[in-house]
Amino acid sequence: MQAAPMLPEILLAIAGMVLLMVGVFVGDKSAKPLTYVVAAALFAALALGWTTPHGDAFGGLFVADKLAYFAKALIVIGAAATVLMAAGRATPSDGSGPMRFEQPVLMLFASVGMMLMVSANDLMSLYVGLELQSLALYVLAAIRRDSLRATEAGLKYFVLGALSSGMLLYGAGMIYGFTGATNFDRIAASVTAMGTPSLGLVVGIVFLMAGLAFKVSAAPFHMWTPDVYEGADTPITAFFAAAPKAAALALFARVMTDPLGDAASAWGQIVAMIAGLSVIVGAFGALAQRNIKRLMAYSSIGHVGFALIGLAAASENGVRSLLIYSAIYLFMNLAAFAFILAMRRDEHAVETIDDLAGASQTHPYMALALAAVLFSMAGIPPLAGFFAKLYVLSAAVDSGLYVLAVVGVLASVISCFYYLRLIKLMYFDAPRDAMDSPMPRDLGLVLGVATAIILVFILIPSPIVATATAAAQELFQR
Amino acid sequence: MNALYVIAIFLPLIGALSAGLFGRSLGDRGSQLVTCSALILAAVLSVIAFIDVGLGHNPRSVELMRWIESGNFEAGWALRFDTLSVVMMCVVTIVSACVHVYSVGYMSHDHSKPRFMAYLSLFTFAMLMLVTADNLVQMFFGWEGVGVCSYLLIGFWYDRPSANAAAMKAFIVNRVGDFGFALGIFGIFLLFDTVSFDTIFGAAAQFTDARIHFLGLDLDAIETLCFLLFIGAMGKSAQLGLHTWLPDAMEGPTPVSALIHAATMVTAGVFMVCRLSPIFEYAPNVLAFVTIVGAATAFFAATVGLTQFDIKRVIAYSTCSQLGYMFFAAGLSAYPAAMFHLTTHAFFKALLFLGAGAVIHAMSDEQDMRKMGGIRGHIKQTYILMWIGSLALAGVGIPGVIGFAGFYSKDMILEVAYGAHTIPGFIAFTLGIAAALMTAFYSWRLIFMTFHGAPRADEKVMAHVHESPPIMLWPLYVLALGAVISGVALYGPFVGHHFQEFWGDSIVILANVQGETIIDKAHHVPFWVKALPVVVTALGIYLAWRFYIKQTDLPAKTVAAFEGLHAFFFNKWYFDEAYDFLFVRPAKWLGRQLWQRGDIGVIDRFGPDGISSMAKRVADRASKLQSGYVYHYAFAMLIGVVALVAWRIIQEGA
Repeated sequence: MQAAPMLPEILLAIAGMVLLMVGVFVGDKSAKPLTYVVAAALFAALALGWTTPHGDAFGGLFVADKLAYFAKALIVIGAAATVLMAAGRATPSDGSGPMRFEQPVLMLFASVGMMLMVSANDLMSLYVGLELQSLALYVLAAIRRDSLRATEAGLKYFVLGALSSGMLLYGAGMIYGFTGATNFDRIAASVTAMGTPSLGLVVGIVFLMAGLAFKVSAAPFHMWTPDVYEGADTPITAFFAAAPKAAALALFARVMTDPLGDAASAWGQIVAMIAGLSVIVGAFGALAQRNIKRLMAYSSIGHVGFALIGLAAASENGVRSLLIYSAIYLFMNLAAFAFILAMRRDEHAVETIDDLAGASQTHPYMALALAAVLFSMAGIPPLAGFFAKLYVLSAAVDSGLYVLAVVGVLASVISCFYYLRLIKLMYFDAPRDAMDSPMPRDLGLVLGVATAIILVFILIPSPIVATATAAAQELFQR
Repeated sequence: MNALYVIAIFLPLIGALSAGLFGRSLGDRGSQLVTCSALILAAVLSVIAFIDVGLGHNPRSVELMRWIESGNFEAGWALRFDTLSVVMMCVVTIVSACVHVYSVGYMSHDHSKPRFMAYLSLFTFAMLMLVTADNLVQMFFGWEGVGVCSYLLIGFWYDRPSANAAAMKAFIVNRVGDFGFALGIFGIFLLFDTVSFDTIFGAAAQFTDARIHFLGLDLDAIETLCFLLFIGAMGKSAQLGLHTWLPDAMEGPTPVSALIHAATMVTAGVFMVCRLSPIFEYAPNVLAFVTIVGAATAFFAATVGLTQFDIKRVIAYSTCSQLGYMFFAAGLSAYPAAMFHLTTHAFFKALLFLGAGAVIHAMSDEQDMRKMGGIRGHIKQTYILMWIGSLALAGVGIPGVIGFAGFYSKDMILEVAYGAHTIPGFIAFTLGIAAALMTAFYSWRLIFMTFHGAPRADEKVMAHVHESPPIMLWPLYVLALGAVISGVALYGPFVGHHFQEFWGDSIVILANVQGETIIDKAHHVPFWVKALPVVVTALGIYLAWRFYIKQTDLPAKTVAAFEGLHAFFFNKWYFDEAYDFLFVRPAKWLGRQLWQRGDIGVIDRFGPDGISSMAKRVADRASKLQSGYVYHYAFAMLIGVVALVAWRIIQEGA
């Protein structure tokens, strides 16, 4: 048994337990220092992952490859950024006290779960990683346990999450039943030998996909998203929106293309259906929203739909485009949530889109950055979001998914409306009561860096594109 | 040396960019200084180029850079300096320099002087690009460049609706011509596989029998292409049919009329035909057409000029008429004569326009000659200068001895027309003589109505009549010098016995079997042909004197006697009305139909409006689905997974 490839996760798990102890003994006043330690630990794990050898561990339960490392980099960036942004950002309007020490620690455990699941090479390790992440997220959603909205959100997420886990387990069971294996490599061999996938396998795949679709919040398994995004504390929402999305998308891609790659005829159209539904729901659902967190929830459904268009292509190019999309989306999301976290008036968080009115006059730089991010999300060239969509759509067209590509483009046109409406509010409407300024430095830093990445992607795309290409290539060689 | 020539071309651009982009920081005075000095320097360099290339027979071409390379299509940026282009360079830069300096005075009350100077300089640059072009695409660049500047300058006073309308009219009418020009360029590329002048000219003789098949028509290739190119020339040079924009273009400031709509841009068509003489020479039918169109324009515009009252419109129709002369000369293969008249005309017509500007300036912006009169004592210098311009225009001189500029150039053209001994030549000669009579008449009608007789303006205006400042008069003197001596000085090299030495390869004239060119023939016409223009000119001046000085009731009587004819001339042969009926109204009707029925009725209704209202309905419905109840959500998930499984199973089964 060779544990070396798993060292980063082991390090993080130990760090999590130690920090939990520290928190228990020191109390909530340790929350703030803990966030820094958690962020440091995350980056340390990433650096460790860079140096540790790639390969299998624990008898093929775990695999460290380029796809896993790409996803882990996104997880660490997303998690660390949101952990830091969350630090000390309690919302007194909810009548709650300061940040609880569990928050950073739970975020750390969730990150460990995500890292495990993107490295899973077996249905069982997949489930363990997924559940570790999910359990931490259930608690995080309701961590403001004296807030009605937050507890409602946490409960909804838990109930529905349990249902989806059940579906996923059922699907995993069916797959095991019809292929005789839980290890991805052996499943792949079995599926290849099978030729046409048997009906039982197909049912298993659909159930498995239902579970995964819930995690990425793809339609029709998306309905928890707006409620949880709105109900949870905003720093928690930011965490939800960043790392878990990237992790679940990478996992989705791995499960579909690695063990079930030869059953693409069975799942390709389902992914296409889910992707198409998601972009449509994302586009239309957001139109009617006034709450910016709900709006971001629908926006995330649409973006996940777009990323899944890449998966529906069921090609190396498609997976590559999915990875690029999730990376770019992560940065757009971080920037957007940094802005949303900074939306405060008289020390109280505000979250309707009308609060943005006239922001270009009261907060010119913030407004400019958010405008760039929104243009990017809408897919306006030359910003990164345009290229993300371009890669995905060209992969879809290469695979002959013309209808899906057209649906994607049309949905993108519709979604432009609500992104541009925010810009219009900021730039063309009279300012209302000004929001607090200046922006907290850490939020400004995240907003600035993420926006810069979106802006310079056109000039220096290779860090994202080249690594995603390599990851997709390796996945298809296995 | 090459560098100097290139600098001469780009100086106006530098001036334009400085005044246009940094006019605010340069200030009015700075912008004027930069553009004027750039132009004067360019004029000096152009004269040097003329001496070197034209008189020294030293043509050259300077490659600047590559431009378009696509397949076997190549168009570069190269400046071609041969006799033809340096003659044009001199005309353009000298007149332009005069107009620049004059504008400093004329526009002194205007609020956007840097913009005006920038446009003028930009125009000059575009014109220089046109005349030094080394291939058709580059020429088209300059061609469109001057078109744009003309549009900008006609509409310079953009707060006047009439100026905007005139600017649009000029642009749109020119589009008709440019369409022909562009088609001609496409056709040239189709036939010759290149747009470069040298290659085209070298190969033209081989393609005389080539045919073009288009829509079942079997056409002579060279004739067709030359016809299309000539359509372009007709638009730019305001020839009969496409002339309607030129009189309206007088809405622009007077210096613009002098520079663009008299001396330079409108002659671009003539220049183009001369530049392409190696091809046009192989298209005898088109040349005949050019002759007829030119002669008809010369006659038509002169008749209209007889009846107009707006001082600038009289000169505008005169320009139109003189362009007709140039074209029928070119149509008779007498390209040197056309270029000769082009050059002399540039001087005296710019002089007349700027002089008219001085009059308008003196009369507090009054342009109607019926409200002028009796001001010769107040503005003596302008009066004398207008006389010089008119003498040059009418071509006054003593045959065989000496005369004003127009005397040499116009008479040369008429001699060519007679000497051609062809039917088109004879028509051109007849119409040309008639037009010469009318030219003299309307020129002195203008002078007598404006300067002589009793004042018809009110006292306030009359009290204010004043001579222009020196900065406006000096350019006039320069132009007057040109109007006096350019004819006698340039006759020898341009159309003298050794004209071929001067023009070199830049103009090609096919000689007849005796080895004579049309110019040679023109030198051997009877004396009465040389004398006749002078006689009719004298007659025209006498008639004008009779009508407007001696018997001032004669004009009214004549109008009463020939009421129908007068109305026909006065209304410019009803061209505008006919075009309005034939083109403008149907186009507007079609536009309105497409707009209201097509765009609003169909596209908006089912497109943007329909889709956006549908999007709103869908969004409302979607948010209703989001009830907030967990069991609804769970139900949706289960339905979703069941539906997907069912869908898959049905597909597997099918």
